[in-house]
Amino acid sequence: MQDLFFYLFAFLTLLCGLLVVANPFSRNPVTSAMFLVLTIVSLAGLFVLLHAFFLAAVQILVYAGAVIVLFLFVIMLLDLKGEQRRKANRFSLVTGVISVGAITVIFIKTIFESHATATDTTPVLEGATQPLGRMLFNDYVLPFEILSVLLLVAMVGVILLSKKDLR
Amino acid sequence: MHVGLEHYLVVSALLFCLGLLGVVLRRNLLVIYMALELMLNAANLALVAFSRFNGHLDGQVMVFFIITVAAAEVAVGLALIVALYRKRQTARVEDLTTMKL
Repeated sequence: MQDLFFYLFAFLTLLCGLLVVANPFSRNPVTSAMFLVLTIVSLAGLFVLLHAFFLAAVQILVYAGAVIVLFLFVIMLLDLKGEQRRKANRFSLVTGVISVGAITVIFIKTIFESHATATDTTPVLEGATQPLGRMLFNDYVLPFEILSVLLLVAMVGVILLSKKDLR
Repeated sequence: MHVGLEHYLVVSALLFCLGLLGVVLRRNLLVIYMALELMLNAANLALVAFSRFNGHLDGQVMVFFIITVAAAEVAVGLALIVALYRKRQTARVEDLTTMKL
């Protein structure tokens, strides 16, 4: 049953990811953003299958809730028309596909050559909220605090960047 | 066939390569940015899978940090794109060649 769900979510993730980058029907950025939402949601499904419940919730809240809304805001703000199909540069297309395909082959071969990564294939971990929070506030307090400063810096930077008279 | 660590890693690698393909091939700045998000998410999936199958929770804490940093990064990046659009009235990478030699 779980395996069935894994294949379902994996298929959905890859299909929607493909539709984000190369949609044959529409070049509109809004369509890409919508398929990005679907990708995120099916990735959250994979997280649930990996028993990372808290991260699945955070994934949906932060990505589908905040990041995509930000993307849609900017797309609407800039009023981008769908890219008109200009003649694609054949050279860059071919070289890009070849190099990415080569990297894919390297990745897949590496994964299947290295059996040492998972010594026991029986999953043991439960990624519930409580142990995660305990770990976050015991072992990782300093990064957590630095992260809060980083968020503040990002906020200040965004406000500064989006001022009208940017010098 | 029982689903193990390799399956998740393959999905993650394929998703990463899809994102890379988008970054290399697409010409719209915003779509390139979305493809970058895709790559970050692929890394997250690999980290969660490792954390589950190796019995450490550290991977999930790392993913939590990555998600937060990605949110901050998206905010700053989109602000940069908007500022760029104000100056140049374009969001295509072909038109942004000031730094080309």
